[in-house]
Formats: sequence, C-alpha cells, structure tokens
Amino acid sequence: MADQTLRFRNDEAHDEPAVTLDSFLGQSNATAVRIESGEDARALLPHLDRLSLVEVSFPKFRDGRGYSSARILREAGYTGELRAQGDVLVDQIPLMRRCGFDSFAPEAPVDEATLTASLARYEFVYQGAADSAVPVWKRRHG
Amino acid sequence: MYKYDEYDHSIVASRVEEFRDQVNRRLAGQITEDQFKPLRLMNGLYLQLHAYMLRVAVPYGTLDSRQMRMLAHIARKYDRDYGHFTTRQNIQYNWIKLEDAPDILAELATVEMHAIQTSGNCIRNISSDQYAGAAADELTDPRPWAELLRQWSTFHPEFSYLPRKFKIAVIAADEDRAAMRLHDIGLQIVERDGRHGVAVYVGGGMGRTPMIAPLIKDFVPFEEFVSYMEACLRVYNRYGRRDNMYKARIKILVHEIGAEKYAAEVEAEHAHVKKLDLDPPRAEFDRIAAHFADPAFETGLSDEIDRSDPDFAVWLDQNVAAHKTPGYAIVNISLKPTGGIPGDASSAQIDLMADLAEKHSFDELRVTHAQNIVLPHVRKADLYAVWQQLRDAGLAEANLDLITDIIACPGLDYCSLANARSIPVAQKIANRFADLGRQRELGELKVKISGCINACGHHHAGHIGILGVDRKGTENYQLSLGGSGAEDVSLGQITGPGFSEDGIVDAVEKATDVYLAQREAGERFVDTYRRIGMAPFKEAIYG
Amino acid sequence: MKILTGNDLASGDVTWWTGEGWSRHVEEAVDVADQGEAIAHAEEGARRVNAPYVIDATDTPEGPRPAHIKDRIRALGPTVRPDLTLKPADPNAGSWVI
Repeated sequence: MADQTLRFRNDEAHDEPAVTLDSFLGQSNATAVRIESGEDARALLPHLDRLSLVEVSFPKFRDGRGYSSARILREAGYTGELRAQGDVLVDQIPLMRRCGFDSFAPEAPVDEATLTASLARYEFVYQGAADSAVPVWKRRHG
Repeated sequence: MYKYDEYDHSIVASRVEEFRDQVNRRLAGQITEDQFKPLRLMNGLYLQLHAYMLRVAVPYGTLDSRQMRMLAHIARKYDRDYGHFTTRQNIQYNWIKLEDAPDILAELATVEMHAIQTSGNCIRNISSDQYAGAAADELTDPRPWAELLRQWSTFHPEFSYLPRKFKIAVIAADEDRAAMRLHDIGLQIVERDGRHGVAVYVGGGMGRTPMIAPLIKDFVPFEEFVSYMEACLRVYNRYGRRDNMYKARIKILVHEIGAEKYAAEVEAEHAHVKKLDLDPPRAEFDRIAAHFADPAFETGLSDEIDRSDPDFAVWLDQNVAAHKTPGYAIVNISLKPTGGIPGDASSAQIDLMADLAEKHSFDELRVTHAQNIVLPHVRKADLYAVWQQLRDAGLAEANLDLITDIIACPGLDYCSLANARSIPVAQKIANRFADLGRQRELGELKVKISGCINACGHHHAGHIGILGVDRKGTENYQLSLGGSGAEDVSLGQITGPGFSEDGIVDAVEKATDVYLAQREAGERFVDTYRRIGMAPFKEAIYG
Repeated sequence: MKILTGNDLASGDVTWWTGEGWSRHVEEAVDVADQGEAIAHAEEGARRVNAPYVIDATDTPEGPRPAHIKDRIRALGPTVRPDLTLKPADPNAGSWVI
C-alpha cells in the first residue's frame, strides 16, 4: 500500500480510516469515506458537513472518472480533505490539483522534485476548474 | 486568423518545456512506456510502423504562410521532406525521432503551432468548414466559436482521461462541409430571435460501429454554450464505458441510454455547471472574432476570367468555388495527383503553397478533411497565374470531388493499427480512372478508403467506401456504397464478400458502370444508388 | 522460427534482435526459440528497445522473412515509397514484402 502521502493542506491530517460508500451511507458517525471510480460522488452531497476526508480511487491512471468526482464535491461546497489514491502519477497530479484534490496517496513513489517542477510549470490556464486559478479569458477582460 | 497573445504564448511554451521534461524522464528510464504513452499521445506522438509519427495541430484547418513554411522546414530538417495532411485537417510526419520531438515542438511554438491533444483520450482538434469566412452560405464565421472551444478544451483538467478520444466539429451553414454529423459532438451555429447559438448533435462517429449524431438540443445560446459543452463532456466522462475500448466512444453511450436520456442528463448537469462562471463573456468572443474579420477585399474588381487555355478552364470549372465577395474565388488545391499518395505534399510543394497564399490569398490557407488545401480568397484576376504555378508544382490536378479525389488513410504502409494497405488501392483506382473526361462524366463521386476498422479514411461516409481487412493473413477489401458525410449524411452499406486488391478496383469500376447505365438526369452516383438500391450493383459486381 | 522485433526508444527505428544486440536489418535477426519474452523483458527494462514483441518468421536463404506482411513492411519500409525504404535500389524488394 501507499507509504507516501502528499498533502497540500494546513490542517491536521485526518486519522480516521475511510469507510466504503455503502458503509458511510448506512453509518451515522463515520467522518471519512472512500468512493470507487464508478461510484456516484453526488451520493455524498447531503452529508458533506459530516465529512473531513473523502478519498477517491484511481484504480488505473487512465480511468479519469475521479476528476469529475472531485470537482462535483468542490462545486457542492465540500472543503474537507479530498484525496486521490491509487495509480496516481506525477504527471497527473497537477490536473488533479486543478480538480480540487489536496492530498495524494500514490501506490508508487512520486519524485517530489519532479512534482514541484510540474506544479509550478503553467503560469496560466485556459478554463475555470475547482482551483482558484483565474482563466485567461478573465484576465483578458477583468 | 487568430493570433496568440502573451497568455497563449506562455501556455504553449510551458507545454514545450513540460514535454521536454517528460521525454528526458522517459529516455532516462524514470517512467515506463505504459506511463509515458498517454503523455506522448497528448502531444500527438505515436509509435508507428517505421518510426514515431508526429501529428501537428492545424486548429480548424486554418494556417498562414509563415506556419506553412515552418511545416516545410520541419519536413526537411526532421523528417523525409514531406508531410501528410489528414482527415481532421491536421498534418502528420512519419519519420520522427523521439529525441527530436521536444525541439520540433519548440520550433512550432515560434509560429504559434503545437501538437497538443492531437491524440489521446482527450478533446482533439476542433474541426470546421474549410470555406469559413469565404462562402456566401454561412450564417457567420464558425472559427471564433472553434477557437473558444480550442482554448476551453486545452489541458482541461477534468477531461484529459476520457474513456476515449473526443472530436468536435463546428459549422455555420446548412451545407455541411465538415462531416459534422459524424463527430462525437457536432455544432451548427444557428440564429433564433436575433441571437446566435448552436444546435448540438452528440454521438456521431465512424469506426467499428458508425453512427450519425442525433440532435440533443436545438438551440443553446452563445452565453451558455461552453458550459453546455462542459456538461456534455462531464456526463460522458462519468458514464462512458471503460470496459471495452471498442465501446468507449460517446456514440455508444448515447445509443445505449438513448438520446433523450443523454439530453436529460446533460440538461441536469448544465443547470448546475452554468452557474460556475465557466462561460467566457461576449467581450472575449468579440476579441477572438476580430481576428477573423474579413481581409481588406478590393472593390470594383472584374468577374471576367480568360478561359482560353483549355487546361486552365478545366481546372477552373472543377476546383474553383464561388466566393461571397465579387471579384474573388475559392481555390481548391488537390493533393491527389493521379497515381500519387493522397494527402501527401513535399516540402517544396508546401513552400509553394505558402508563397501563393501570401501573394494571392491574404496570407491564409485551409486544410480540408478530404486531405486537400484551400486558398480561400483569391482574386479572379489572379487565378490563371496561381494555376500556372500549381501546375508546375504538380498541384493542379483538376479532380475536386471526382472519383480520383480519394480520401485514403496511410494504411498498412505506415500505420501500426492497419490491417491492409490503402494507398496502393487509391493509386490503382486513380490510374484506372485517370482519363479526366471519364471522371467528369461520372461527376461527383467520393471514394474513401480505410486500412482498418478505425475508419480514419472515413469509408462509412464514402459514396464508395473501401475497408481493408486481414483475411487469414492476406489483405482483403470490403466495398460499401451510399455513404455521405455531407448534410445528406448516411452510412454506406456493404455490397457483399470482399475482394483482392485488383478485385476491388474492378468492383468499383462495375459499380460506376451500373451508375452510368441507370442514372437519371441530374443524379450523382450516390443519388442513383439511393434511388435504385443495392441489388443492381450487387448483381453487376458479383453476378 | 521465432524472431524478436521492436523499435529503438530514442529514434523509433525498427530493430531486430541479433542475439547480441539490435540491428535495423531483419537479415541479422536470430531465432529466439522460446526465449523471446525473457529477452524482450530484459532488453526493454534496460531501454535498449521499446515495445518489443515476438513474431513468426520463415528461414530463407536471404534471411528471416516475417510471416505477416505488417512486419515485412516494418522490415523494409513503405511499399508506396521505395525511395524511403532500406533498399531503395533493389527492384525485388517490393515482392519480398508482398
């Protein structure tokens, strides 16, 4: 399992284990949940105020459903930790950050120097997403 | 045409640097081929039969002479002195080294070009009408809309790992010159109550299961169309199949859940995402559209053309289309010389076309999805001089939309996905029908050849379509009739058992014989086929 | 016979396993018997080849001839551009492929 956790939050790491979506929906006191790539993130929307951690599975890096799950949660106002877990590679982490992920549990080690360079590489973005980056069309017109 | 501002330059420059870093890490073994493959595909770099192949983007098929000269330079410096224009209005190079790719991208960036998202499971080049800005029948120039979508889709963080590739086309006329209904999303710009918006078609495509895109929404106003696209893509990203790569396109999703259900899902998602401030304002559209304003057309020009040179007259009648402005014409440059390789151009030819564009077409060219080139704004008075130069460069074949104006994918001569060679079939057909009088007698006849089921040659949309297959280790060719990628969109029907390479040429000839024997006044080949059906053709071909 | 082929990682050139290294010339390919996968794995790991795979070939006086036309095209070059193949001056090259 993952040894390395990359975290981009200032608060304390949440130490409760993440339960499955089914368990979470059936259980009244869990504060951390894990959703699989094919599960519907919107099932969590009525419960966001209970959650401190949502872990989204990336079973294979080509499976891009987790990017939508993350944005959906952020769009609904979720401000807790949003973690990408699984086949998470350094070249996808910048996109995941834009979709709202703020922590990462990759199965294979990520080179942190490469990651730092990747995250700093693009000064501008073309479109709005779940991060605070201002899309260029907005910069052009104020 | 669009010119980059500092933001566009910065983004492309960052991408060049990013890819250089990724290539270096691959060469050093820090990432595996499996991890690197999607990254290089998103930069248009395939590993093909002979070498790496690089597909350079030509956004909505528009480029200027400076860019064209760079394409010629790339061909000379890094490749084998030629390039291939594709059915998605791009250009590809077949002999690229991975270690050169970062430098190539850096050179392309100096002229505002790139290879971003020309492959991979992401949103590809936005294609459009090659006559945009020149044709009289368009409601408005579709290219500013295409440029807005290009920017919106570039490095879109949510849609970079879709179930499969995603192709969008935008047109603005009832005549569909971009095969819009055979795209994952096809948009037609329309007017309602004095406002411009788009009619949205979703779920077209070719390949293993060809489908014509159904209408999903008849009008989305400009103010919401980008967020509407966001909703369409999100529904696909979440629900598109990922279990089988041959069932992963959006056309399968739309077909399986039904167009109404898909439309409802998109409507629900759109109700949500349109509040997220994703739609650029009118001011951004106006900024982009200003780049596409009409060039400074002269007035008072003559519409008279001296036709006394008979070869020129033939080319004039076949390859030159009407322009919206008096005194001007649209020139189609055929990249289908008889017996040549469809869509290929040497670096010298590319340079020549750049020169002609600069001198005679307000410095603009277009690439068509039929693998030809257009000079959109040529003074009628200059047509003869242009033709002479094209003729001297082997670019004046007067065969636009005739039987030798064949669309052919590179096929097994180049492509690792292919099952059969397509180019030799195109050459044999063209040689069989080389006589121009015979071609003109047959009239509009669109032949499209694919070397495998991926259908990059668009064979389903051919009046005559040919599909190369592997039949027990031997190349074999299936014939289909009656397809069309224009506004009379239809999918071709297979005639029956397949043929050898020589057999398919004979079969095509027999099909044309049936047409000539049965046609009524004014009918094209495809019209006669639609009227009389498959039976007479089948009988002639197999009887 | 079984021979091993792939592409050079940096250049993309088609290559063939000679027993000791990788050559652009299929004539130099050797029979790998049942060792193909193991050799491929080791060579790919060392980045001396990219995307290797084992194919059937017939042993002929001119050297191994790949069983499938696709690999013969890889071995020689595009049939429609003899000038770009490994044997531009050989009039029999095309018939070897087809």
